[in-house]
Amino acid sequence: MKADPNGVLTGTHFIDGDHACCEGALAAGARFAAGYPITPSTEVVERFAARVPTVGGTFIQMEDELAASIALQGGVWGGAKAFTVTSGPGFSLMMEHIGYAAMTETPCVFVDVQRGGPSTGLPTLPAQADMMQARWGSHGDYEIIALCPNSPQECFDLTIKAFNLAEEFRVPVMFMMDEVVGHMTEKVVIPPADQIDVFPRKHTHKSIEDYLPYATNGDLVPEMAHAGEGYKFHVTGLTHDERGYPNMTPQTQDKLVRRLQNKIRNAADRICLFEEDRLDGADVVVVSYGITSRVAQRAVDMARERGLKVGKLRLITAWPFPDKKIASLASSIKAFVVPELNLGQMVREVERAAGGLAKTYAVSHAGGGVHNPEEILNAIVEASRC
Amino acid sequence: MLNVLNDETVNPVEPFLRSDRMPHIWCPGCGIGTTVNSFARALIESKIDLESLALVSGIGCTGRVAGYVKLDSFHTTHGRAIPFATGLKLANPKLNVVVYSGDGDLSAIGGNHLIHAARRNIDLKVICVNNLIYAMTGGQTAPTTPGHATTSTNPYGTFEPAFNLPHLVEAAGAVYVARWTTFHVRQLARSISEAFQKKGFSFIEVISPCPTLYQRRNKMGDGLDTMKYYKEKSKVKNGAPTGEVGLTLNGEIAVGKFVDRDRPDYQTMMRAQYVESLGDRYIEEPEMECVCG
Amino acid sequence: MTPELGDQVAKGRVAIVVERCKACGFCVEFCPTHVLALSSAFNSKGYHPPHVVHPEKCSGCDLCGMYCPDFAIYGAKVADAKSADTAKAGKADGGAK
Repeated sequence: MKADPNGVLTGTHFIDGDHACCEGALAAGARFAAGYPITPSTEVVERFAARVPTVGGTFIQMEDELAASIALQGGVWGGAKAFTVTSGPGFSLMMEHIGYAAMTETPCVFVDVQRGGPSTGLPTLPAQADMMQARWGSHGDYEIIALCPNSPQECFDLTIKAFNLAEEFRVPVMFMMDEVVGHMTEKVVIPPADQIDVFPRKHTHKSIEDYLPYATNGDLVPEMAHAGEGYKFHVTGLTHDERGYPNMTPQTQDKLVRRLQNKIRNAADRICLFEEDRLDGADVVVVSYGITSRVAQRAVDMARERGLKVGKLRLITAWPFPDKKIASLASSIKAFVVPELNLGQMVREVERAAGGLAKTYAVSHAGGGVHNPEEILNAIVEASRC
Repeated sequence: MLNVLNDETVNPVEPFLRSDRMPHIWCPGCGIGTTVNSFARALIESKIDLESLALVSGIGCTGRVAGYVKLDSFHTTHGRAIPFATGLKLANPKLNVVVYSGDGDLSAIGGNHLIHAARRNIDLKVICVNNLIYAMTGGQTAPTTPGHATTSTNPYGTFEPAFNLPHLVEAAGAVYVARWTTFHVRQLARSISEAFQKKGFSFIEVISPCPTLYQRRNKMGDGLDTMKYYKEKSKVKNGAPTGEVGLTLNGEIAVGKFVDRDRPDYQTMMRAQYVESLGDRYIEEPEMECVCG
Repeated sequence: MTPELGDQVAKGRVAIVVERCKACGFCVEFCPTHVLALSSAFNSKGYHPPHVVHPEKCSGCDLCGMYCPDFAIYGAKVADAKSADTAKAGKADGGAK
């Protein structure tokens, strides 16, 4: 399905990541957002509030993030594509509802423009320290998808991707920006609507008598209905069976939770997006994401100038983690270098997936700024010597 | 001798129930099921189109209503039925959205959302079953537990003043506020019907027994004893100032329709504002079907 | 049989879904004409469901149905019950798990 032209601001723009993300949401077909302001994410919904009344949709600023994160899900079940935006402290508040979205299989997007933490931290300065929280922040066993843009252009493109993945897999997607990407202004090209693919809502075509809200037809993702169509279905956060009815037994729990996990993990090859640069013959691979990947690019170029055989793997999808790619690289390289604006989060995943076949060097940074290329270069040099 | 009739007559409430889930989990003498009878009567009476009715509940004993009614129903998170319902209503304004939840869910953890939705006058019909306790979790003190009651977290008696819910929601802006007890089955049905005729935030409180916890711990007998107490101690005071309808332990229960006023609901105000600011450029919510392939 | 002077003819009757009943006693108490009493029989959960002790006094007002928190009893006027007999209506069978 192609994008609705009403929401597509075709043209060449000079805007920041927050603004580009909003345009991406509109292009993807988002027509409902519930938000609560928090630096450095607020501009996303401010722009949405200004744009959506002339596109056709609704924005409501709710009284807190708890309300925003569930109101958007009401919007989804009412028929809209919906999202919210936040940063660290708000992301923490939204965790219960991220779990609710995962459990009820409500397709939606949560944008986290990461800032320094913990707690109030550094409201106006970048970090990448919510990465593990994006994956594990809510209680219980569930899977989510997380994407990491590294430019305003990607804030546009990947937001569309986020919505598409959310609809395809009926899962909440975490859009992990950071304060620099959100507030940096660059050229953003928005193509015509007929060049933008959007994944439509997986709406059931079954009759009212035959429809079971959580039955699957072999592909692990059930079909949806919306309130007001006569299906009279029940949705609950309690462990439920195919009818959507609470069924609190270990058997139902096992069946449900494994399916929620498998529907993402079985499709990991498709969902895991990454960018490769000069990996062939590399001894050292720098694994990075978000704004850090731009500094890492510089460090990799500097290392290459010195004759070091170093390549770069940029994670576009952080979750599910690209285990297979890391494992296959690990068997042929000496070491991974993982710079992050945190004290070591995704590096743990790299180390895990490497399975001991390659060393892992973390280049941690507590946040508040970005790395100097030299810090990453030094790690590359050390890694090359191992 | 048991008189069991297997004829073709149907309990008027039956078409509204998920019969395959009966019997339900509520305790003997609990009043929640009784409120559902009144709700069903109100739906019949108001001729509400069930296909465009959605029911949203939170967590707690009353929250389980969502799982037992044969409607588009959403059992959401603790305290957040109202914001979920808000999103549902805004995405599809044609829906009639009912929030059916308990006193703890709506006024404690959900209190913030209660007052904001009332302030905004979101078009929701809120049925608040108030059993004066947190029942599902085993009988802890709720913001509505009357002073000096015994609960599991106030084993020596509560000493906090309780919320007067009609007063709270009236002050926050609700356009329809009523209170009944589970004894007042017909009046409750009528109030719910009246709420369906109104646009805006309607709040109907129903005092209900919790024989297993509240009544038992406070030596007030069982569900039937409580219903007799409601019958004896309720006083119908339509139009009473809500500041005067607070509840006390074993005291008089003021019931009736306290507030019935008119002011534009959220969506009406939203539309008016956008039309004024944007004129022709304003595009109303798109039709619901646009996202489907 | 020709009713004699003084005989009451029931205007209504009740249906009791025995397996749903939890013996709360609301129907017995609030029936305006005291048609019901709790029986000494048990349902499978061990509760004593009500039974009709004064069928002739039933007006079919359905107050029992409105009060019952378990949807286990309802009343209907005899004329309604008759016309509903011939109509295709669902059975109120609470015995199924």
